[in-house]
Amino acid sequence: MVSFLLNTQMNHIQEEKADLTLLEYLRENKKLTGTKEGCASGDCGACTVVVAEISKATDHSLQYKAINSCVTFLSALHGKQLITVEHLSDGNNLHPVQQSMVEEHGSQCGFCTPGFIMSMFALYHQNSEIDREAVINGLSGNLCRCTGYRPIIDAALNVCGNKIEDKFSRVEAQTITTLKSIGRTSVDTDNLIIPTSREALSQAIQSHPTAKMFAGSTDLALQVTQQLQTFDKLISISLVPELTTIDTLEQGLLIGAALPFNEIEPELLKHFPDLSELLWRFAATPIRNQATLGGNVANASPIGDMPPVLLALNAVIHIDNGHTQRTVAAHEFFLGYRQTVLHQDEWVAAIFIPYLQPNQSIRAYKISKRYEDDISAVCAVFNIALEDKKVISLSAGFGGVAAIPAIVEELNTSLLGKDWSSSLTFEIGKDILFKAFTPLDDVRATKEYRVTMLANLWKRFWLESNHQANTIATRVVHVPHSTGVTSHA
Amino acid sequence: MRKLITQPGFDNQTQGVAGKSHKHESAQRQVGGLARYVDDIPEAANIHHGAVGVSPVASGVITSMDLEAVKASEGVIDVITVDDIPGHKDIGPVFSGDPLLADSKIFYHSQPVFAVLATSSTLARKAALKATIEITPDEACLSVAQAKEASDFVRPPHFMRHGDFQQSYNNSPVKISGELFIGGQEHMYLEGQISMAIPEEEDRVTVHTSSQHPSEVQKLIAEVLDIKLHKVVVDMRRMGGGFGGKETQAAQWACLASLLATRNNVAVKIRLPRMLDMAATGKRHPFENRFSVGVDEQGLLQATHIEINGNCGHSPDLSDAIVDRAMFHADNGYYLADCYIEGHRCRTNQVSHTAYRGFGGPQGMIMGEAIMDAIARKVGKDPLTIRKLNLYQKDSRNTTQYGMPVEHNLLDDLIQRLENSSDYWARRDQIRLFNENSPIIKKGLALTPIKFGISFTAKHLNQAGALLHIYTDGSIQISHGGTEMGQGLHTKIGQIVANEFGLPLSHIEVTSTRTDKVPNTSPTAASSGTDLNGKAAQNACIAIKERLAAFLAEQVDGDPQFVKFTEQAVTLNEHKMTFVELIQQAYMNRISLSASGFYKTPKIHYDRETGKGRPFFYFAYGASCSEVSIDTLTGEYKVNRVDILHDVGKSINPAIDIGQIEGGFIQGMGWLTSEELLWDDSGKLISNNPATYKIPAIGDTPEIFNVDLYPRANDEESIYHSKAVGEPPFMLANSVWCALKDAISSITDYRTDPILDTPATPEKVYKAIEQAQAWKDNSYES
Repeated sequence: MVSFLLNTQMNHIQEEKADLTLLEYLRENKKLTGTKEGCASGDCGACTVVVAEISKATDHSLQYKAINSCVTFLSALHGKQLITVEHLSDGNNLHPVQQSMVEEHGSQCGFCTPGFIMSMFALYHQNSEIDREAVINGLSGNLCRCTGYRPIIDAALNVCGNKIEDKFSRVEAQTITTLKSIGRTSVDTDNLIIPTSREALSQAIQSHPTAKMFAGSTDLALQVTQQLQTFDKLISISLVPELTTIDTLEQGLLIGAALPFNEIEPELLKHFPDLSELLWRFAATPIRNQATLGGNVANASPIGDMPPVLLALNAVIHIDNGHTQRTVAAHEFFLGYRQTVLHQDEWVAAIFIPYLQPNQSIRAYKISKRYEDDISAVCAVFNIALEDKKVISLSAGFGGVAAIPAIVEELNTSLLGKDWSSSLTFEIGKDILFKAFTPLDDVRATKEYRVTMLANLWKRFWLESNHQANTIATRVVHVPHSTGVTSHA
Repeated sequence: MRKLITQPGFDNQTQGVAGKSHKHESAQRQVGGLARYVDDIPEAANIHHGAVGVSPVASGVITSMDLEAVKASEGVIDVITVDDIPGHKDIGPVFSGDPLLADSKIFYHSQPVFAVLATSSTLARKAALKATIEITPDEACLSVAQAKEASDFVRPPHFMRHGDFQQSYNNSPVKISGELFIGGQEHMYLEGQISMAIPEEEDRVTVHTSSQHPSEVQKLIAEVLDIKLHKVVVDMRRMGGGFGGKETQAAQWACLASLLATRNNVAVKIRLPRMLDMAATGKRHPFENRFSVGVDEQGLLQATHIEINGNCGHSPDLSDAIVDRAMFHADNGYYLADCYIEGHRCRTNQVSHTAYRGFGGPQGMIMGEAIMDAIARKVGKDPLTIRKLNLYQKDSRNTTQYGMPVEHNLLDDLIQRLENSSDYWARRDQIRLFNENSPIIKKGLALTPIKFGISFTAKHLNQAGALLHIYTDGSIQISHGGTEMGQGLHTKIGQIVANEFGLPLSHIEVTSTRTDKVPNTSPTAASSGTDLNGKAAQNACIAIKERLAAFLAEQVDGDPQFVKFTEQAVTLNEHKMTFVELIQQAYMNRISLSASGFYKTPKIHYDRETGKGRPFFYFAYGASCSEVSIDTLTGEYKVNRVDILHDVGKSINPAIDIGQIEGGFIQGMGWLTSEELLWDDSGKLISNNPATYKIPAIGDTPEIFNVDLYPRANDEESIYHSKAVGEPPFMLANSVWCALKDAISSITDYRTDPILDTPATPEKVYKAIEQAQAWKDNSYES
């Protein structure tokens, strides 16, 4: 039984399709038509709703997260509060974010508006200060075709700069009490299993060998909404404790596979601030609130943005089947197009990322047609260690250029001991990268462009990591939180 | 960031609510999720859902079709093919060529072949995948070049001539030519195509549709069902975006829903899933255009030849008028001197390309800008200098290629103001200096004007009707022929009516657009919504005001021409009563409180035989200045700053007009930058969802975005001397494209004009950078 608050009303869902999306549930079952379908693929944000859950950090406050209801299954709501646009106003008074959108003329056709309102509502409830960058990040998953966004940005800045207590804050304690009464207990119905231990997960897989496992569902749901597939039985791994913790170990970070990106991002950025650009450009906020690192890895998509990072950072994948655990180096994990070393009864439990040494520096680059929420034409992540200007190790990961997220071993072997500041070293690496891959033409780029970009991103990396060159502007966009030598035009 | 220029002196006539930045009439409901779109209307208990089965190839002949598995699929109620259509099988809006369902021949990939009715949309969609259709494929024509080679056109070519091009070209000391591939554009309205048909008594039907053209939907449904038009009522409250994509493209789904509804006597909804919407409905035309110009040593145009080739897809749809508009606008704001413009309508095996904001205008106007850039680099002057030099003049050099004198030209002054407010020349110097010292990142700057002709070029469409009711509590309902797609038309109409009667906006209710309220309407298109319907609504107001004034004058023995409607009261000399009192007295005295209004645009005519006339009532003007940064390693770029000065005449609602300007600009920027339509070799669209087709996102809005309204009333007698604003700002985005070229050109010290086809994706920008670098390397070697 999945239990949750729909706005203020308690719902216990006993018998419902496991692959029912939240959007379908709201519009078809509940006739709550304020939430719109724009694409049913998590790309436009018209269906954005907010989920409030008890903060793991404090246990006595609520976290408000915007998610795409079109790629979320109902099971994700277990133990949480679902807030829809119809519920925001306080009697006849619009919520401050709604009022601000009206004041700033932020709606034209209005079809994207409920989604923007919900993303803005989640932003309103963030504790941090909301500047333009935060607004753009918070609303990055919402497309508007009418306004050109300027009034929406102004609406968000105005309202978040003048916050007042809203009705949600007023009843927060009560909501927390209600949510606690549900708890986050295991679920085992005819079509949905949500185990709460690795043993139970193992048991579920054994009993239902054809059932799909999922966490954030942002990819699996596409098979339902776009390919019209049905899943009679699903196993959610979101409540297995071992999969949902992040451990700051002595040598590195151990990140639970089922943690959504928004929860691991702060810790990742603390240790790897130079990932900020890639993390900012990784999908959009509502997807990052759902999608998990484990999913990005286990999917083995050649265009996922985190695998190249894990390859470059020499990460280790922790694999479990409930009985035995094993570890596999990231570069040995991917076997072929969407194929991995995972056995049928196994799952990715966690990902270990070793910290950088003081002599190491990294850069993570992505090229796509659009900065926000786009798929990489090329993704390249470089990790270099220098001693007396000499290369003592070099690892790199690449996406979008092969059937799997890939490394180029030769880059390391050929450049070891070379003077990093020498343009000759740069040329050797460039020649290697030119020959390393034979990518495909597709909707995102031609193969020629991809090959050239590998070499040119290599040049950017060489420029940015060489101290002589640090006065050269190498970026057209402001890279948030970046360290070191990048300067921006 | 933006400022509103205070509107200069609205006269007494418009002292009321017109001219003020009232909120969009639906804003409160939109932010609350309470604004109803077609999919949100409460459904009838017995509603069923339709879906279509589509062709997997782009061209061919259907040899057999087995639909048994579709019929047997779960929840299926009915399956129809072309043979089940009782009336017209073709729904071409102007010319035939658009089969409702494929009639043996396949013209484009994802063409609907049959339709399914089932108990849910998911079941209908699943069933539609189960057909076995045998098609003998033909070789598909997938490009303009192929169509021209085969002389395959959907309509005959059209020509415009002014003076003797050839002679002037031969005599010109400097000759330049070039070509440009201009990509199309997906509308990406957030609300996809949708219709809901409700069968009424006997053969009548009521249809809710998301359409810019309810009257055409009504007509086509009647023709398909083989009934008279008066049996069909089409009701359209609002669209979740249109942009031209719901001018003709909404009809197919409304017709299919109506057919399924009447056959099965159930309410039927058809809503296209996004991927099908993108694959099966028309887009902005891709164009492949060429130019040859002759100029003098200063860069002044002497002779211009422009060849315009529109990729129309498989059928005419609106392509005749769209290619015409591209030809009408190839001059943009510049005098082409002795010129020859030819326009070709190429047939390809793509979905029939259709109306999209600007309607061919953008694909013509970009040629004017391409020519200006080419001249500037050739004669070594700043592109802005060349642009200003070639603007239409006052007394000579002031006739368009179609023989229309350019009167009331604002561009000289407008450009000068923007030049100053954007600090163009100082920034030009700064950017040159920056580029000299920055090997990787280069900046570009461009200031480009727009001149856009306002009126449908099909003369008969320039008419509108309105229906106004005053109820006995003084509240007013206004219906008109225009449709609300977010552009704020209903808000402006409400303001006009409120203004006419001296009432607050809350007294006016603008109703949904219904074919039984106002008949035979034109599409809400060509930026004409407020111009046409605003005047029609005003005329309806005037008709009732005259009756009321006559009545009041009779009561108090005064002269009706001195009756005034202001501040919720009606006055005649010393006599004054509230508006409600007057209405109630008028009712008791049997004065009709309902009136229709009608309007037709004056002055316009065009002779297609001679290619001469005055197709436009007036021109809307504007200019924009964009600054960009490009990364020469990757071709990635960022628009850093945009300044816009735009002419909306005397604004009826400055906030709404600025919304159109900003939104149009960003949409135009998307067309020219990130929005890339790609078809594979079989003719299948592969940029077929928002994951692969990228419209601007929130981070693409320039951080510095100054938008001002040019403070001058329309010289023509338009509604309150305002100007149309829907389409013109779209083309302001040309300055982004020119700024990208400017940045690339800096690599060669501004000595070359980069070839930059659109959309200028990072990859295309990079390709142009490579060419510039190669030119530079060669020029150093030689």
